[in-house]
Amino acid sequence: MRIEDHLRQSAGRFGSKTALIAGGTQLSYGELDRLSDYLAASLVANGIKAGDRVLMIAENSVEAIVAFFAAWKAGAVPCPLYASIKQDKLHAIIDSTEPSTIFAQARFLSVVDSALGGADHIPLKIAFGTLPTSATEDWLAYEAIATYDGKAELPRQVDSEALALLIHTSGSTGTPKGVMHSHASLLAACGSIIEYLENRSDDIVLSVLPISFGYGITQILTMVMVGGTLVLEKSFAFPRKVLQRLAEVKATGFPLVPPMAALITGMQDLQSGFLPDLRYITSAAAAMPPSVSQRLRTLLPDARLFLMYGQTECIRATYLAADEADRRPLSVGRAIPGTRAFVIDEDGRLLGSGEIGELVAEGPHVMSGYWGDALASSAKLLPIPGGRRLHTGDLFRTDEDGFFYFVSRRDDIIKTRGEKVSPQEVERVLYALPGIREAAVAGIDDPVFGQLIRAYVALEQDAGLSEKDILRHCATHLEDYMVPKSVEFRDALPKTSTGKIRLSAEQSTPDIEDNVA
Amino acid sequence: MTDKFNAPVREFIAENFLFRADAELDDNQSLLESGVIDSTGVLEVIAFLEQTFGISIADDEIVPENLDSIASMTRYLASKLPAEAA
Repeated sequence: MRIEDHLRQSAGRFGSKTALIAGGTQLSYGELDRLSDYLAASLVANGIKAGDRVLMIAENSVEAIVAFFAAWKAGAVPCPLYASIKQDKLHAIIDSTEPSTIFAQARFLSVVDSALGGADHIPLKIAFGTLPTSATEDWLAYEAIATYDGKAELPRQVDSEALALLIHTSGSTGTPKGVMHSHASLLAACGSIIEYLENRSDDIVLSVLPISFGYGITQILTMVMVGGTLVLEKSFAFPRKVLQRLAEVKATGFPLVPPMAALITGMQDLQSGFLPDLRYITSAAAAMPPSVSQRLRTLLPDARLFLMYGQTECIRATYLAADEADRRPLSVGRAIPGTRAFVIDEDGRLLGSGEIGELVAEGPHVMSGYWGDALASSAKLLPIPGGRRLHTGDLFRTDEDGFFYFVSRRDDIIKTRGEKVSPQEVERVLYALPGIREAAVAGIDDPVFGQLIRAYVALEQDAGLSEKDILRHCATHLEDYMVPKSVEFRDALPKTSTGKIRLSAEQSTPDIEDNVA
Repeated sequence: MTDKFNAPVREFIAENFLFRADAELDDNQSLLESGVIDSTGVLEVIAFLEQTFGISIADDEIVPENLDSIASMTRYLASKLPAEAA
């Protein structure tokens, strides 16, 4: 089966049941299936072919979910991008993925047009929401194209090994890499998640996670696979509103990242058991401090808390079952069902308990590689009988019972607000600002956000740049979560004997022995 | 009278966040919807209001009705500081 077959199946079984609620709109399974059929037929009529890449720059919305399924039904490959992506990075991604179609929310149209400047081929451009008067006339309104008359043939797709998704992730080199997942690998990961979370058709999951993020996309897929209801909210900026919404919709599942848990547990006036319908909470993307998880479980004693570890390259690798959290609060658990995970040394030998080595994951959930980058793919993947082995690049150890413990990352990626940030990517932007002679970036520990990004800068003489000037420059060239929170000016930055800038120990990421993902 | 709060709030938003958006900022425009501030930005706004106006913002007051536009912030400040707003 392919992903869209699960939607068709759920539409057949639960036709009038609510599939999706977002931004005041509600769609039943029948409606979601029909609307994505219309849009898919319309895309096909506009020339989209199997294997074509479809870029999406959108916040959580009903239209974006319809577009995902329409792309799959047309045999195409959604490539969702973080909504605050800026021109240069978008230009690079357009260059490498050569999309035939771009969906963008109305307020991002000008970013797309600037990024397309000078492109040989202009893709089909479709805007979600009201077309602004400033939009160039080659932008089509989603509303116009999604209500197609249904005359175009929609050829049935059958290849479950076909590419289903490209997710761009920060690489340690600072160049974003497109992680390739097939229908089969995504469905394998989601099937495994459904198994350990025990998802059912009466689940109602409320997600604020961006749909450009593997953890956000698994919420869509798992709910469609079981016939549950997905409630999408755009952000966690107003936590109280989201908590009210959880109660209102009687959510049974709430996926979060640790900064959200820290904000909730920091509230003083919440009553224990204030969300009586909540059956489970999941946490991924970064370490949840044990003090936070303890308080969260006290606040919501009836909700099972699952701490998980994964990376975009395999969606999810391990999970700690809720009933183990008391005994092993620092563990990220064991391999997810249907997969294997183990710790190996540099020669590939299996390590015993307590020994530190690299975590590798094997199974049908592992990506097929990085888009257009065979070299990086072969460095991370090893073909094995019946699947692939993924080298996570993260150091782990196990206890006597085989439970995994995160030790440290091998690279210098910063984890902030549950997102991965490559210091090199930020440093490259800093160096592009005239007046900056030396620049380095590091994560500073923060009780809520995990780490906050700080830039260390040495200026050219008479450069006259202020902290605001530098932050403004960063904000115009980087996604919002990558923008440093502060700048520290130095006369010069410390260097190694080879001239490479090296921050001192207190500025670089300390090793933590904790659960992260 | 909320005018006395409007200017410092607008100045803070313009100085710290406006470079994220292209357009001029309307008093009633949602700061979140228009991408001017993000979720960490809300925390910075809270810290600014508490420090500048000497108020304490309760958890249940951190809602868009109070903080998601320049107009809502000035209204909220006026309700917290009736003596100064008068």
